[in-house]
Parts: sequence; C-alpha cells; structure tokens
Amino acid sequence: MTTDLIQAAVYAALLIALAVPLGLYMARVFAGEVTFLAPVERAVLATAGIRQDEGQHWTRYALSLIAFNAAGFALLFLILRFQHLLPLNPQGFDGVPAHLAFNTAISFVTNTNWQSYGGETTLSHFSQMLGLTTQNFVSAASGMAVAAAVARGFAGRQTRTIGNFWNDLVRAVLYILLPIAILLAVVFVMLGMPQTLAASITATTLEGGQQTLALGPVASQAAIKQLGTNGGGFFNVNSAHPFENPTAISNLLSMLAILAIPVGFCFAYGRMVGDRRQGTALFAAMGVMLVIAFIALYAAERAGNPLHAGLVSPTAGNMEGKEVRFGLVGSVLWAVTTTAASNGSVNAMHDSLTPLGGLVAMLNIQLGEIVYGGVGVGLTGMLLFVVLTVFLAGLMVGRTPEYLGKKIEAREVKLAALTLLVMPIGVLAFSALAVAFGAAQASVQDAGPHGLSELLYAYSSATGNNGSAFAGFNANVPYHNTFLGIAMLLGRFGYIIPILAIAGSLATKRAAPPSAGTFPTHGTVFVVLLVVTILIVGALTFLPVLALGPIAEQVSALAGRTF
Amino acid sequence: MLVLLRPALVLTVIFMLLTGLAYPLAITGFAQGLLPHQANGSLVIRNGRLLGSELVGQAFTGPRYFHGRPSATSAPDPSDPAKTVGVPYNAASSSGSNLGPTSKVLAEAVLTRAAALGDRPAPADLVTASGSGLDPHVSPAGALAQVARIAAARGVAPARVEGLVQRLMEGRSFGFLGEPRVNVLALNLALDAEIP
Repeated sequence: MTTDLIQAAVYAALLIALAVPLGLYMARVFAGEVTFLAPVERAVLATAGIRQDEGQHWTRYALSLIAFNAAGFALLFLILRFQHLLPLNPQGFDGVPAHLAFNTAISFVTNTNWQSYGGETTLSHFSQMLGLTTQNFVSAASGMAVAAAVARGFAGRQTRTIGNFWNDLVRAVLYILLPIAILLAVVFVMLGMPQTLAASITATTLEGGQQTLALGPVASQAAIKQLGTNGGGFFNVNSAHPFENPTAISNLLSMLAILAIPVGFCFAYGRMVGDRRQGTALFAAMGVMLVIAFIALYAAERAGNPLHAGLVSPTAGNMEGKEVRFGLVGSVLWAVTTTAASNGSVNAMHDSLTPLGGLVAMLNIQLGEIVYGGVGVGLTGMLLFVVLTVFLAGLMVGRTPEYLGKKIEAREVKLAALTLLVMPIGVLAFSALAVAFGAAQASVQDAGPHGLSELLYAYSSATGNNGSAFAGFNANVPYHNTFLGIAMLLGRFGYIIPILAIAGSLATKRAAPPSAGTFPTHGTVFVVLLVVTILIVGALTFLPVLALGPIAEQVSALAGRTF
Repeated sequence: MLVLLRPALVLTVIFMLLTGLAYPLAITGFAQGLLPHQANGSLVIRNGRLLGSELVGQAFTGPRYFHGRPSATSAPDPSDPAKTVGVPYNAASSSGSNLGPTSKVLAEAVLTRAAALGDRPAPADLVTASGSGLDPHVSPAGALAQVARIAAARGVAPARVEGLVQRLMEGRSFGFLGEPRVNVLALNLALDAEIP
C-alpha cells in the first residue's frame, strides 16, 4: 500500500516536472520562435506549396485539417486493402477486408487507434510502419495544431485569422513529436523492446515445445503511440505484451509519455493567452479529476473480486488480466492514465477489471476525454466546458459572461452546448442502435450486466477517440466496424469544428480590461465550478446506463452471482 | 477545396517517408548496430539452441519445473481453421482471457486452479490469467508455493530449491518501482544447471 502510493506520487511529480518546461517549449514552437530545423521546415512547406505564416480564417483552418485527414484516410485505407501487393510483408498477410480497413483507417486518422484487428496476426510491416506509424504522428500533430489555433483565437485581438494549419502541423511533427519519439524509442530498445524487420523467430522451449515469437519494429511504434496519445499497439495485447512493455521502468516512461504533452498543453495555453494562471487553473481542474479517478480505480482493484474471496490470497488484489512485473498499482495508474488521456493503450485487460474499476475507466472516457485528454484536443475539449461554466456563472450573477476579457455570447454558448450531444449520441444512441439492430448480443463475450458494459465501453471508446477496449467484445464484424468508425468521426470532428468556430469568433472580439464585476477564471472558485459542471453533465448523461452495466454487476458480484 | 488538395497529399507523402519510413528504419539501424541483443528479442541461446526469450514466458507443464501463470492465448484449430483452440504461451498471438469479473467461466477456472494448488488461499497470480498470456514472471509467493512439488520431483531437500528461488528473486526497480518477482524461465534454467 505504501509502496503503491509512493509509485503514484513519483509518477505525478515526474509528470509535472516534465510537462511544465515542455508546455512552455510547445508555446514557443507554435509561436514560430523555435527555428533549429528552419531549413527543413521551409523545404517541406515549399514542396507542398504553402506560404509560411499565412493566416487562415477558422473555416479555412478547419477545411485544411479535413482535407489533410481525408488524404490520410484514403492513403491508409488503400495501404491496408492492398498490403498483399506491397513490400515488407514477410508473413504474407492478405489484404485487409473493406470494413476492417475502413474502421482502422478512421481509427488512426482520428487519433483513436481502436484496434478491431490483432496486430501480429493481421498487418504487414509496411502497413504498420508507413500506414499506422505515419498516422500516429500526423493525427497527433493535427490535434496539437487545433489546440494552438484555439489558443490563438482565444487570445486574438480583433483579428480574422487563427494561424496556419499547415505550419502548425509541420512544426508539431518536426519540433515536438519526432525528436522526443526518437529519444524515447532508443531508450525503449535499451529496456528490451525489439526493433527489427524480421517478423518472427521460432524457439524450442526448455520442455521441448515449439514457440514462435512475433517480432518487428516495436520500439519505434511504441514510442509514438504513447507520445501522440494514439495507443495503437504493435501486438494484440498492446503494452501488456512483454516485448511492448518489458519492465516497470518502461511502464513508468510510457505513462509519462502518454500524459506529458496533454498536461504540457495546459501550460502552453497559459503562455499563449498571456496569462499563466489560466493554464494553471485548467491543469488543476483536470488534476483533481485524475486523482479522484485514481483513488476510485485503485480502491476497486485493491479490494479484488468478491467472488474469489477466501479462494485467492487478497494481498495482490484483482490480478486477472494483469502482469506481475507492473503489479496492481502499475496497472491501475496506467488504466487511469490511458482512459483519461484518450490514449487507449493498455497494460492490463480492462475487460477483467472489477465492476467498479471498469466503471471508472469507462466514465473517464465518457466525460469527453478532457482530463488532460488527447494531445491538443483534450485542452480544447476542456475549453468547451470552460465556455459553458462561464455561461452558467454569468447566469447565476446576472451578468454577460466573459472569458479572457471577451464577451461570451449566444453563438459561442450554442456551439459549446451542441458538443454536449456528441458523447450521448455516440455512446447511448449508437449502443441502443447496436442492441436493436446490430446483433450486439452476438458480439459480447460475457453474459449478464457485463455484456452491456462491453458494448458500452466499445462505443464510449470510439466516440471518445480513446481506443482501449473491453476486448472480449468482438468488434471485428461489418456492423460494428462501420458504426464504431462513424462514432470515431463524430467524436473527433464533433468537437474540433465547434471549438475552432468558437475560437474564430472570439478572435474577432475586443478584449475589455477586467472590472470589479468580472468573474475571475483562474481562482479556486472557478476550478470547483468547472469540475462540478463536468461531473454533473457526465453523471446526468451516463448514470442511468452505468447502473444497468457496471453497478448492476457489482451488486451481482456482492450477492455471489455469476453469469 | 481543390487548392487544399496539393498540400494535403504532398504533406501526407512527405510525412509517410519521414515518420513512416525514415524514422523506424533509422531506429532499426541504430538498434541493430548498437543494441542487437534487445533489438532481436532478448533471445536465450544455450549450446547453440534457441530456447526462447528472457522477456517472454513459455509453457511449463511437467512436475520438475516451475510453472508460469495461466495463459489464455490460443491458435487456429488445425482441424478447422475457423475455430481456435487454447495454446498457452503462444507468442505469435498474444491475448488475455478478457473474462469479466462475474463470468462463470472465470469463477470455475479460478476454482479449478486453486484446487490443483491445494493450499488456500492461493497466490493470486497462479490462479488468474495474465494480460498478455505471455507473462514471464510469477510472484515470490507464486514460486514458493511450487517448491515442495519440484523438490519431490527432483529428489532433493525443499530448502535447496527454495534457496534458488530466493537467489533469483528480482526486487523493485530503484527500490520502489514495480513488484518483486521471479522470472520462470531463468529459474528453471538455474534449476537444470544446479539441481539436475
């Protein structure tokens, strides 16, 4: 217990120590102040025919993003469909079926990295490298670009433009993602992750059996999958695989890589809007929710499965689906981190979490992936809640709401309120549709309330662009591949476009200096109000269905019922 | 929209070459050159024979060896490729059980495994399937629970086997990170070398 808490505390301390300087660095990158790769940057932009630092209206910015993601989708889809005709396919895998290629391409372009397939049994090295690894970089960079544009818009003074998408994209890759990924990949190899173009090697075990070890360029993919909050693993079990996460040290580094950029963006935001306290307030609000989630998930897993009481030693907690080298706390910290950050890589099987542990993981996603969230988009998702909270606070005191000195008016509030519908539609409506028409019962592995949890988790993960799964759920059928794909699109662009519109609108406004009646958005009162708003919206939306899934399951387990 | 097509396509291709090809190949080149042992899977080779990987667990079933954790991996059924059969520690297709906490299958599996071990309560890691199906470790309690069986099978005093377990026990990294554990393959190799 004490060692567990020390591990969590060390993780938190290291995370903050990394994220603060990284955040300030990122703010400089997006302001164009970091130039050590300027010749490369200029060459790339010139080849693509882009004029450097040409400001874009928010609609142009959004269209550029959509065009880029559409091109990425098309190329990835073709690579997957025709991987059997392409090189670097040592195992001779066949082309990926259309519905699976559709799902996977959307999944990686939207930074979800939901995996309907088993990596080592489906995809060639060409698909993994040129297909997936590329999107790991650029889908993350797209989200980071959005955050940079939104911060500019919020800070802008009567301007029509919010930056240049292509510039932001190139800078995010060249100055942030690529250098850190290279460093991390090298360390990962030192810790034992394979990095080879060989596909597998067959050993004769000590007892004389045959064991085929799947290999590949694991370290390079693992580094960027964490850093970009992508989460798509090289292997089927992702970072639970000893090759994809060999030691407790690689486990800690991976978790730091998952949250460093999302946390850093809070501080980058503070600097970009010219008031560090604004970023610190967002950091604090997210931190409070992360700590609550950790305590709840830890308590649930530590208590273990009530059905095994007396049979299994209680000291280790619930070990089904977990690995010995990380232990309980290493798995719990990861589960909280990955669901909070919209990363979606796992080092333990979430399907086998205790009912309440699974509930915390699921709710983390359902709140909208804003507890640090995905790189860039976590911050912008949080800013949507900031707009709503400022509006609610304005209603309470009867004043026109303001944020950063700018009037929040009907247009902004309508757009922010609209995004509150994204998670309910993607999770509740799509799950209901799947139950009614999608043969959901055929895809769930477990009977009883846990079956509903598996379905809910799948649609939550897709809409939240998380990518983790209750993996007993068989999503690799045409119905779910299609609808989960649509849910991912909804969860990505359903947030990005409204927040860019809000940023575009705020950019044009005049900022008034704070007066005696201004409600400060950097103090404790605001942080509390923000957290309460998020929790109330999340609870009102999802408690009923969670009662039918994980809560019903917990009650069943306590009553000694199995299904 | 059409004017956006050029930057979209050109940048996608440039990034494909830079991040999808140059980056993994550069890391591969570096790793193969300077860290070949890790880069190729931390392989264990004895007398020219490839035994497996230090990092990946393998199936042990005989009484003379320490057993790893239950593994839920499977492989295509040789008689019917549409189906799968349980093949523990299949390192070509990693998988956990993914059984939910109230699953009847899980409850029965835990009961059967605990009954086979005899002692109650059983160490959690010996009666639950690992996340990867390839967990190379067991907990110290999980190793010690098997000492009597191995000592009997090898005809030596349990204290000798226990001493070996104690010696190969790995602690937490830096004293606080991770969990104490024993690598099953390393332990069994030591067993063959020292208590044949």
